[in-house]
Amino acid sequence: MTAEPKILITGLEKRYASSRNGEQVAVTGVDLTIGAGEFVCLVGPSGCGKTTLIQLMAGFEQPSRGRPTIDGRAVTQPDPDHIMIFQDYGLFPWKTVLDNVLFGLEARGVAPGHARTRALETLELVGLRAAAAKHPHELSGGMKQRVAIARALAVKPSVLFMDEPFAALDTFTRLRLQDELLGLWQAQRSTVVFVTHDLDEAIALGQRVVLMAAGPGHIQRIIPIDLPYPRERTSDEFARYRRELFAEFHLVHQWAANPGGDVEGRGGAGI
Amino acid sequence: MLVTWMRLGAMALPSATLTVFVGVWYLAAGYYPPEQFPGPQAVALALVELTQDGTLWANTWISLARFAGGYLLAVAVAMPLGLLLGRLPLIARALDPLIQVLRPISPIAWFPLAVLWFGIGNAPAIYIIFLAAFFPVLLTTISAVRSIPAIYLKVATNFGARPAMIFLRIIVPAAFPGIMVGLHIAVGTAWIHLVAGEMLGAQSGLGYMIVDARNFLRTDVIIAGMLVVGLLGLAIYQGMRALERLIGRRWGLAQ
Repeated sequence: MTAEPKILITGLEKRYASSRNGEQVAVTGVDLTIGAGEFVCLVGPSGCGKTTLIQLMAGFEQPSRGRPTIDGRAVTQPDPDHIMIFQDYGLFPWKTVLDNVLFGLEARGVAPGHARTRALETLELVGLRAAAAKHPHELSGGMKQRVAIARALAVKPSVLFMDEPFAALDTFTRLRLQDELLGLWQAQRSTVVFVTHDLDEAIALGQRVVLMAAGPGHIQRIIPIDLPYPRERTSDEFARYRRELFAEFHLVHQWAANPGGDVEGRGGAGI
Repeated sequence: MLVTWMRLGAMALPSATLTVFVGVWYLAAGYYPPEQFPGPQAVALALVELTQDGTLWANTWISLARFAGGYLLAVAVAMPLGLLLGRLPLIARALDPLIQVLRPISPIAWFPLAVLWFGIGNAPAIYIIFLAAFFPVLLTTISAVRSIPAIYLKVATNFGARPAMIFLRIIVPAAFPGIMVGLHIAVGTAWIHLVAGEMLGAQSGLGYMIVDARNFLRTDVIIAGMLVVGLLGLAIYQGMRALERLIGRRWGLAQ
C-alpha cells in the first residue's frame, strides 16, 4: 500500500483560545503521510487531539500552522470528495432513509432519476434497501450508522473520515460493522482515516495504527499492522500487536502521571 | 375487560366533573336573582335564542375570521423573521433590547393607539391578535433555529450544499418542531386577546356580543358568550394538537 501520498501533513499545529489561561495547544508537530486507498487508524486517550486532527484533515477546523493537503491541494473547507462520518450519525430525522442518502447526491446536483438509482444501490450495499422508506428513529444504532455510511458512499468520496463511528454501538454490532466496513473499503478502495479509542478496533481495521498521546496532543508512534484481512481477532499475531499497543499506552500513562520524568522512554518511542 | 372498564372510567371521570359543576352552578344560582347570576337552564335558553336569531353564528364567524387574520399575519411575519434572526446572531443581538422592551407590554395596552390609528372595526382587534401571537412565534422560532444540532449543518456543508439549500432543506425542517411549540402558545394567547380586542374596539364578534349583553343586563347571554368562547378555544387547541401530530409523523418524530 505504498501508492502516491493522498493526504500530506507536515508540522501541523492547532491552538485554541481558551477563556481561562490564554491559549491551549490541541495538537502540535504532527507529520503524517497517508497513501491513496490506505486505511489508517488514529488511536489514543481522550485529550490526545485525535478528533482535532481528523477535523483539521476534513476541513472543519482551521490549523494554526501547517495546513494539510489532499491530492496536493490545501484543505481550507469541507469537501464533498472527503466525507466525514460522525459517532452520532448526523442523519436528518425528518427525512426517510432514502431521502437521507439522496441528500448528498442532490447537493451535488445529480439528476433525480440517476440519484435515486444510485441511492438505492448504496442502500443495497449496506443491506438496508428494505428500510428505504423508514425514518431514522425507527432504526437501531447500527442501522443508523449504516445509513450514514451509505449516504457517504453514494457520492463516491475518495476519502472517508470516520470519527469514532462505532463507539456508541454494542460489542456485537460493532464487530459486525467493522467487518462490513472492511468489505466496503476493499470493494471501493477509498482512503479511510478512522479515529477510535478502542485498541482492538484499531488493530482489526488499520493497515497502520497512529498512536497519539496528550499533553499537548502529538503522534507518539506509528505501527504498521502486517496482518492479512479479514483479521482473526483471537490469533497470536493479533495478540502480539495488542501487547505492543498496550505497552505503548502504559508508557503514555507513566509519562502523563510524571511529566518530564520519563523523557528517555518517551523520546525512544517517539522516533 | 379491564381495559374496557378503564376506558369507561376515563370517560366517566370528566363527565362526572362536568355534572357536579353544572349541579353546583344550578344550586348556587338559586340564591341569586337571575339578572345577577343566571343558572345553567337560563344560559341554555339564551344559547337557543342566540342560535335561532342568528346573532351567535354571525358573531362567531366574524371572531374566527379576525382571529385567523391576526394570527396568520403574525405567523407570516414572525416566522421568517425568527428564522432569519436565528441565523444572524449579530442582528438578533442588535434588535434584542427592542424586542425585550416591546414584549412585556400587554397587547391590550396598545388598544388606545390601535383605535386612534385604525378606527373602530376589524383593524384594532386584528392588530391586538397580531401582537399577542407575534412575540411567542418570533422568540420560539429564534431559539428553535439556534438549538439546531451543529452536526446537521456540518453534514450539509460537507456534502457541498449551497446556503439556499441549507436554509430551506435543513434549517427550516430542523427548526420546525420547536417553531410548532411557539405556534401552539401563540394560538392560546391570541384567542384570549381576541375577546379583549373585540370588547374594546369592535361593533361585532363574540367579545362585542358579551359587552353588548352587559349593556342590556342580559347576564344569561354574557355567560352563553363566555361558554362559546371557551368551547371554541378548546376546539382550536384540539385542532392544533391534531396538526402537530400530523407534522410529527411527517417529520418522523412520532413515537
